[in-house]
Amino acid sequence: MIKTTNGATALAETAKNCEPEVVAGYPITPTTHVVEEMNRYYANGETKSFIAVESEFSALSALIGGAAAGARTFTATGSQGLLLMHEVLFCSSGMRLPIVMVVGNRSVSAPLSIWNDEQDSVSQRDTGWIQLYAKNNQEASDALIQAYFIAEKTFIPVMVCVDGHFLTHTTEQVDIPSKDEIKRFLPPFKPMVTLDPDQPLSMGVYAAPAYYQEFRMDLHSDLEKSAAVISDAGKRFGQVFGRSYGLVEEYHVKDAKEVLVGLGSAMENVKAAVDEMRKQGKKVGALHVRVLRPFPREELRRILSGKHVGVIDRALSPGAQPPLFTEIVEALQGTSSTVSSFFGALGGRTLKIQESKQLFEKMSKGKALKEWITVTVEKNEAEIETC
Amino acid sequence: MLIPLSKPGTTTDIKTGKWKTHRPTVDPKLCTKCAICQNFCPEGIMGTPREIPVIDYDYCKGCSMCMVECPFKAITMVAEKQEL
Repeated sequence: MIKTTNGATALAETAKNCEPEVVAGYPITPTTHVVEEMNRYYANGETKSFIAVESEFSALSALIGGAAAGARTFTATGSQGLLLMHEVLFCSSGMRLPIVMVVGNRSVSAPLSIWNDEQDSVSQRDTGWIQLYAKNNQEASDALIQAYFIAEKTFIPVMVCVDGHFLTHTTEQVDIPSKDEIKRFLPPFKPMVTLDPDQPLSMGVYAAPAYYQEFRMDLHSDLEKSAAVISDAGKRFGQVFGRSYGLVEEYHVKDAKEVLVGLGSAMENVKAAVDEMRKQGKKVGALHVRVLRPFPREELRRILSGKHVGVIDRALSPGAQPPLFTEIVEALQGTSSTVSSFFGALGGRTLKIQESKQLFEKMSKGKALKEWITVTVEKNEAEIETC
Repeated sequence: MLIPLSKPGTTTDIKTGKWKTHRPTVDPKLCTKCAICQNFCPEGIMGTPREIPVIDYDYCKGCSMCMVECPFKAITMVAEKQEL
């Protein structure tokens, strides 16, 4: 049903309609009302459980217990909450538990900020989770349903990354499928092994040097293989709901000379900039990396070969080149592409349409660039004391 | 797909003694069968109390506690041979 609602509420309703059996959560901006709504659904008898825990570490730990017992699970977090989960993220992927989580992307402290960038989830890219990114709330809601399909097929946990405030607090029209509609796409969860008092076993056990590396090798290759399942989920979803998804989303890329590549909601502005520049006859395009893990290396190589690629990073790796840029440079090694790096739009700053157009103009000169974006702020906005 | 799990009873298969770098050895001439080492051993693998210790090396982790506690210096730690 099409509803006019904010992103967080839409995600909570979508999650409820996927019928998770174990839900645990600790509210944190900007996904506070996802957790709040899940609690309300439980209080109203619409979901089976809500465990009010004392921290995000416990929230994900509770889901490990739930998933290990064979339940479909859900939680939502972001920023410091996701950082606090760091250890448990590795545990859940290592134990091959198909947990699904919404991440409301928010910058990380210090300095404290509740606004949006993607540092929190990008910093968790090595935890063995699949990461899906959304440009708008429809994509976020759709990705959440697909996340259960992917997780339960691959036995790899999935985080659905949604830009905090820009999406979670933005009201727009979202088509939220009902429980019955979702059942046409999402089969019931069939766990491979479960905790059962009649047939006792321990999960996530000790692996001596003779065994440990094989588990990591296995997780690594299964993550790479999961790309096929993600593509399949995107296609099947299209057959049922009319909205198809791939690993990446191309926008006027085929004949483009300059292409801006990035994650999340910022790419909506870039797409708008592409529209304006196409009207002036400029051959530019945009590419949204919908799946960061597994990294769609082959697709990117095929699509972006020979073009001037500008990579927008809204997360840093201080002291090194930005993460998405480095990975795209590696993917395009040996091709005739030029790769520029644009980084910034941190802590709530917006990459606006005007600035996106300027980036295209700069790229059209052909030289590879490395520069900060969104550095000009109006004076009265910037009340930073320097010493 | 590999899922790290174990079923009850796997300790009989997993020989935790593999990770020791030194193994305790008892000199029967110095041993007085006082049972101090057998009481202190955290793994309980020093054999029957009041008898000369018969060590189960499959599960001895080489912690040296028996050597430290033996009042008669009857136990010495001998380096394990390791492949390099």
